[in-house]
Amino acid sequence: MRFGVVVFPGSNCDHDCYDVTQRILGEPTQLIWHRETALPECDVVIVPGGFSYGDYLRAGAIARFSPIMEAVRDFAEGGGYVIGICNGFQILVEAGLLPGVLLRNRTMKFICKWTSLRVESNETAFTSDYRPKQVISLPIAHYDGNYYIDPAGLEALKANNQIVFRYASETGVVDDAANPNGSVENIAGICNEARNVLGMMPHPERAADPILGGANGITLFRSLLSTVNG
Amino acid sequence: MAELTEADIAKHPLTKAEYEKICSLLNRKPNSCELAIFSAMWSEHCSYKSSKVHLKRFPTEGPQVIEGPGENAGVVDIGEGWVAVFKIESHNHPSYIEPYQGAATGVGGILRDIFTMGARPVALLNSLRFGPLDQPRNRYLLEHVVEGIAGYGNCMGVPTVGGEIVFHDIYSRNPLVNVFCLGIARKEEIYRGTAGGVGNPVIYVGSKTGRDGIHGATMASAELTQSAEKRHTVQVGDPFTEKRLLEACLELFKTDAIVGIQDMGAAGLTSSSSEMADRGKTGLDIDLLKIPRREEGMIPEEIMISESQERMLIVAKKGREAEVEKIFLKWDLDFSVIGTVTDDQILRVREGDKVVAEIPVEALTSEAPLLERPIKEPQFQEMIQGLNVDTLQEPASYSKALLELLASPNLASKEWVYQQYDHMVQTNTVVGPGADAAVIRIKGTNRALAMTVDGNSTYCLLNPYYGGAIAVAEAARNLVCVGAKPLALSDCLNFGSPEKPETMWHFSACIEGMIDACTRFEIPVVSGNVSFYNEALDMGIYPTPVVGMVGLIESVENTLSAGFKEAGEHILLIGETREELGGTAYLKTIHFQERGYPPILDFGKEQGVQSVVLAAAQSGLLTSAHDCAEGGLAVALAESCLLSPAQVGGMISLHAPTFRMDGYLFGESQSRILVTVKEEHLAQVKNRIEEKSLPYRVLGLTGGEALRISIEGQNAAIIQVSIDAMRSAYTNGLKGFFESSKK
Repeated sequence: MRFGVVVFPGSNCDHDCYDVTQRILGEPTQLIWHRETALPECDVVIVPGGFSYGDYLRAGAIARFSPIMEAVRDFAEGGGYVIGICNGFQILVEAGLLPGVLLRNRTMKFICKWTSLRVESNETAFTSDYRPKQVISLPIAHYDGNYYIDPAGLEALKANNQIVFRYASETGVVDDAANPNGSVENIAGICNEARNVLGMMPHPERAADPILGGANGITLFRSLLSTVNG
Repeated sequence: MAELTEADIAKHPLTKAEYEKICSLLNRKPNSCELAIFSAMWSEHCSYKSSKVHLKRFPTEGPQVIEGPGENAGVVDIGEGWVAVFKIESHNHPSYIEPYQGAATGVGGILRDIFTMGARPVALLNSLRFGPLDQPRNRYLLEHVVEGIAGYGNCMGVPTVGGEIVFHDIYSRNPLVNVFCLGIARKEEIYRGTAGGVGNPVIYVGSKTGRDGIHGATMASAELTQSAEKRHTVQVGDPFTEKRLLEACLELFKTDAIVGIQDMGAAGLTSSSSEMADRGKTGLDIDLLKIPRREEGMIPEEIMISESQERMLIVAKKGREAEVEKIFLKWDLDFSVIGTVTDDQILRVREGDKVVAEIPVEALTSEAPLLERPIKEPQFQEMIQGLNVDTLQEPASYSKALLELLASPNLASKEWVYQQYDHMVQTNTVVGPGADAAVIRIKGTNRALAMTVDGNSTYCLLNPYYGGAIAVAEAARNLVCVGAKPLALSDCLNFGSPEKPETMWHFSACIEGMIDACTRFEIPVVSGNVSFYNEALDMGIYPTPVVGMVGLIESVENTLSAGFKEAGEHILLIGETREELGGTAYLKTIHFQERGYPPILDFGKEQGVQSVVLAAAQSGLLTSAHDCAEGGLAVALAESCLLSPAQVGGMISLHAPTFRMDGYLFGESQSRILVTVKEEHLAQVKNRIEEKSLPYRVLGLTGGEALRISIEGQNAAIIQVSIDAMRSAYTNGLKGFFESSKK
């Protein structure tokens, strides 16, 4: 299986994603410079975290205009798997590949810590190896992770089973105490209607090696492997 | 050019003798631009004129040292072809004037010092000092300094993995912001800041030059007065540009197109050009018209001493300019060939055809003034060392005293701060903030590096010799507690005005203690920084040397942490506890006194304790280790419960002490490490300690949901506190100031 990782100026989780797919999983992975206009042959495109364009203007607002994003859009529309992590999620939202918007955390502070998440849907290529409602632990690290969508949009997300992850307690209770950033209904990750584009604020690539304190994130990448390789 | 008037000359903080020396070095009077260049290069900040004679005495060599002081950062060998590149630096004055940008550009500057050596920065730490948090201004400073560090470091994608924060009145008007950065490189890929090869092009890359930060170096070399009027001397950081500069430089280093590279830090183009020429024993001829600028009408001296951020000076190999240009243009950065390397050892600055400054390089570097400042022991020294413990009443409840200590901002959890730092990016963080030391693994090897920053200014005030020695010993002990062997250190020496003989007495004695500790423990100093003039209203800060130390863990799986792991393990205290209450956190927090003789350091015992713990850690015999430091034994035990991932408490039975109970529980005797050992390894660990004839005690067992401390043979506990109660005190001690202040 082939991964592509998009590199914008200011991306800083590009190498972390590359390390997981290439070194830990041993799958061929290419870094794709944002000025490219075509994607290399790949099965999954990762839009990584970081501060593309310094998050100047608004997180993700400039990166969406990078030349490569046209190709990413075409790839997604053709059914290719796209995952946006953290800043990547913000970019996908700005690019209109996913609904909603990411506002500044309600604490008005950057937050970096481990969080518990409940897998709300394992009916995606990204989460098929998780158990339904499994509680997993992944780190977050963001300033603008406060997911917002209008009530109609929220209803649509629910109707289509597009909510993939919610912030929860260690025992899986979804409540305000478990909500680190103020996201609507504790939403931490969503997919598009066609279920081939995933956006999430938590970092699965930071939880892919037990020595770093947890390995729940590797399952997300393994799910993709199971899906693509069958 | 018109001759300078007395008033023109007086604008520069140069003494009359210094001005005369400039005239004699030039064989004529300097013009305005030349005077500005001298003034910056001969400032305390750039020339180290008051400290150099002292710094020369530090041990700087060892088999592991590849590059010692004098380069942009120190370099040590960490095996398997890898090197660690690191340095600590201060950004104190700017952070008081404009806390966000001051701290942010401090991070930006130290990052450039590391990647200019060819290393990718992999970790940041910081050591901060503020006034007490009950004053709104201090809360404002802390909040914005932390945001500045976070804003820059997070955007750069370099994790901030650890640090320390201390609160004390003395820092209310002079907070300290010291930042440490560590990078990793292949041994053969280290670059140096040298201008070699006559005829080679001198290249400017990065951001454009503006008027920001003009006189930054001279500002940092004087006492702070009205802060608002100095705001223009603080630079403005742009981490997005620096991130591109980092990636572009690392891409450049993969070619062999360059000879040398240096960051334009303090005193900007002036210091980078003269230091590069000095190291290369060459001269430089540069044309200011070729400098990319963001403002119009800048005069030569403004361009020469601007401290605009995110700029680098490169000497490339002749004919390779296009290759270099291509890389910087790819990353949307400015690129301009601004001059050439010459053989006349003169820094020649032109504006087109017109020469605006012409100075022998040596006049700016090795000819800079060197001072033997007068030294005098302060009159108050003996008085503050006096402490009659008999006048201190022992607390009615030791449990309550422990909770008070845990809730005091100096000992409380710093989680509120470090959650604002991305401490996990780059996926190497094995041990993050809040531990004895941070640990990052080195991908592609089984090795890991540990690092810590440490300094206790109360000890240094009360006894600068032991204070300095303890800063080194404790940093090393912290590394040993995570299973690392200390390799080398970088120091940041924060002091008041060197023009006061009393300050120089503390300075010199602190260094004396540090030198003895470095020598005994074989830990060389490979880089560092001095920050003088930390004064306001004629009042200096406490002597505050901060040590940033790096250690090596050969097998990452042997990494240790402080928290208790499982119930039923033996808790041992290795080292000797004496009645040492002088200068302790307990004395300050509970008795509101700051005096006495601080703990002494027995170098031999320290070495013994560290070596036995390190060897046991490397053999996998320990399940946790924790330094017994500020707050003493009781606080160390409490922290081991609080840092326990499984919420394991401890049941302790102490032998009846021959001295005061508070001295036993809260005294800060040095050279003590708390460890836990599984039953099956207990005999072996005891043997190892006894072989070295080191004092130790088995204190009790891990387990339960509380910390319970009793005296052998007595039923009643002297401390009995639930982990929940400790956690509440510990978590809210610092955070509480911010959440309540917002209401």
